[in-house]
Amino acid sequence: MDLNLSDEQRLLRESVERFVAESYDADHRRKTANDPLGFSPSVWKQFAELGWLALPIPEEFDGLGGGPVEIGILMEAFGRGLVSEPYVATVVLGAALIEKCGSTAQKQANLPKIADGSLKLAFAHSERAARFDLAKVATVAHKTAQGWRLAGSKIAVLDGHAADGIIVSAHLHDHQGPSGRIALFLVPATAQGLAISDYPRLGGGRACNIELSGVQLAEDALLGDGRDALPAVEWAVDRAMAALGAEAVGIMQTLLDTTLDYTKIRKQFGRPLSANQVIRHRLADMAIQVDEARSMALRAALKADNPPVERARAASAAKAKIGKCARFVGEQSIQLHGGMGVTEELEVGAYFKRLVAFDTLFGGTGHHYARHAQLGRTTQPA
Amino acid sequence: MDLSFNAEERAFQSEVRGFIAKNLTEEMKRATALTPSVFSDPDIGMAWQRALHRQGWGAPGWPVDHGGPNWTPAQRWIFESECARAGVPNVNVMGVKMVGPVIIGFGSPEQKNFYLPRILSGEDYWCQGYSEPGSGSDLSSLKTRAVRDGDDYIINGTKIWTTHAHHANRMFALVRTSDGPRQQDGISFILIDMKTRGITTRPILTIGGDHEVNQVFFDDVRVPVTNRVGDEGKGWTYGKYLLEFERGSGIASAKLREGLRAITELAESDLTGRAIDSPDIASRISEVEVDIDALEMTELRVLSALQTGQNPGAVSSILKLRNSEIRQAVTKLGVDVIGHDALAVEPMRPLYKLNHEPALPEDMLTVVPEYLNGRAYTIFGGTSEIQRDIIAKMMLGI
Repeated sequence: MDLNLSDEQRLLRESVERFVAESYDADHRRKTANDPLGFSPSVWKQFAELGWLALPIPEEFDGLGGGPVEIGILMEAFGRGLVSEPYVATVVLGAALIEKCGSTAQKQANLPKIADGSLKLAFAHSERAARFDLAKVATVAHKTAQGWRLAGSKIAVLDGHAADGIIVSAHLHDHQGPSGRIALFLVPATAQGLAISDYPRLGGGRACNIELSGVQLAEDALLGDGRDALPAVEWAVDRAMAALGAEAVGIMQTLLDTTLDYTKIRKQFGRPLSANQVIRHRLADMAIQVDEARSMALRAALKADNPPVERARAASAAKAKIGKCARFVGEQSIQLHGGMGVTEELEVGAYFKRLVAFDTLFGGTGHHYARHAQLGRTTQPA
Repeated sequence: MDLSFNAEERAFQSEVRGFIAKNLTEEMKRATALTPSVFSDPDIGMAWQRALHRQGWGAPGWPVDHGGPNWTPAQRWIFESECARAGVPNVNVMGVKMVGPVIIGFGSPEQKNFYLPRILSGEDYWCQGYSEPGSGSDLSSLKTRAVRDGDDYIINGTKIWTTHAHHANRMFALVRTSDGPRQQDGISFILIDMKTRGITTRPILTIGGDHEVNQVFFDDVRVPVTNRVGDEGKGWTYGKYLLEFERGSGIASAKLREGLRAITELAESDLTGRAIDSPDIASRISEVEVDIDALEMTELRVLSALQTGQNPGAVSSILKLRNSEIRQAVTKLGVDVIGHDALAVEPMRPLYKLNHEPALPEDMLTVVPEYLNGRAYTIFGGTSEIQRDIIAKMMLGI
């Protein structure tokens, strides 16, 4: 049992914190928010040079062989700067799904390119009718003579507009009809019949909805051998939730620091706001919740490769708890900034909006307490 | 980073489990489960303390030369967790965990030689004389006075919320020995034999129906000056040192988990009409479980820091605050889980020695009393409001 950072992990944290502090400021964020790309390609190139894109990729595919804890270190620092580069879409989800489901040839073709920054991916899974149920996929993939034909609609695809390839989940229909299995396809962004409508995402970056109207794919667009990909999807989404949880911790920490500074400077009734016990106690509660959130993000990362039920419960626990803490810390940060907190003139709102996006993505607090409860049942309802 | 314990630690865990299996009797276990107050009564608690002492485990936090087992922080965590899981008696902490460390840290060689072995063996049973009717959170305003008379102090005043004063043969107390500009500077730390003439004890029943705390009156009570620990006027420093121990040896999550497990079992049972089938109850159980997970991780992070000699800082206040709040959440959930059965009151104590058939199944007997008595968790040992003050000051610098 040891939860101290190793020397390498400490170095990673120092380098990413320094990078974020030096490269991300309010101006940079404003510029990228108004940019149709939503992030900076030159920063992405630096991520590649610093080895961060290679971080979780196995060494045999030109990666660094890091794990969820290292990803968490990176993401927490990203949160502090509201980084909007497509790291979760490409590295945390994309690379993980290819590593988990892809054939050796597919891994060889894609993972080194992710690591060197020349390939960006997105993961298109959610559908409007499914809400947060990962097992519910209406998009279908029909077997054709040449390969596959995909039809369906996907929503809330992170950074799909910037991706070179989109991993699309679909119900597999082979020559015998519906197989009951979900499969993943790597769809080139340039494929005929693929329509991407992107939009600015709450709290920075972009997302998109995708229409697949009879998209024709080659045989080898199917990742792996066509066995049911749902367990891999759940595994990858649990990982992404742990990573996003760490990012939320960084966001919350910045909000706490900023709000604390403000309450020391802002004077009303002849004294700083922080001289009032009601304010001090609010800030103490915020600090406690940031700390609890940090514990939960780390816990989910450490259990990300445990057996499925334990892993999934830890991921849902983190998502639910961090979501709850995030809402509290975010809302109170605005409250304690008074009227200024509600304006676009301060960055508090931008940080808060990213937390709201976090809480919503992959299901909110209520959904994940319910999933946690369902997974933990030792007896089923009569 | 690694959440699992290493081979040595797992071997220690088996050793602890073996010890518990051999020494925890069914009677102790049932009495503990049926005690809705904080501590087990001395007949149960001290039986367990004697078993621990025989094993050399009577005082996990003490240095080796005073009889401590020389455990690493991880071993202490494993020990406490295994004890909680097995449902061992809740030994009154006033001796081993509270006055013991103060005597070790600040007592004279005579005091160490006399008192420490008696704490370890359970021969002495201690209570704490801190709070007074007029001094709660503002503890240093205390007024119980010790006036020097030759080789004695003469003590007058009163102490309140004195846990197990009706069982204890000794009390450690903070008393006023002088009045200065700073009220903290006139306080001394003194050890009192409860059989001394002039001491009377009045029981206070708490809302759960238990007699655990008391008010103690001192009427010209004569105590030798040699019973003072450390310097006159330094009692506040020693007392604060001890309060940090009270706020948590930092190992509470296992006990909370055990409490939630018992409530979950009730919720899954036909006794409650399977309360767990209500999505509201199921989600709330998860919500509390997740809060325990977060507390456990914080404990383990503190533990990891301690293992490498780092100082975890004001986090003990976070642990105290969250432990007390989660404990209340567990007990509140219990009341909701048993539904209409929360209406039945069993006034007799102890619940493990009833001589009639209670109105409730045995598994439900402690649910409402634990909830009611449990309101005290956010009050004693520094209220939640005081803890937030400490967090704001120590962690946030405001």
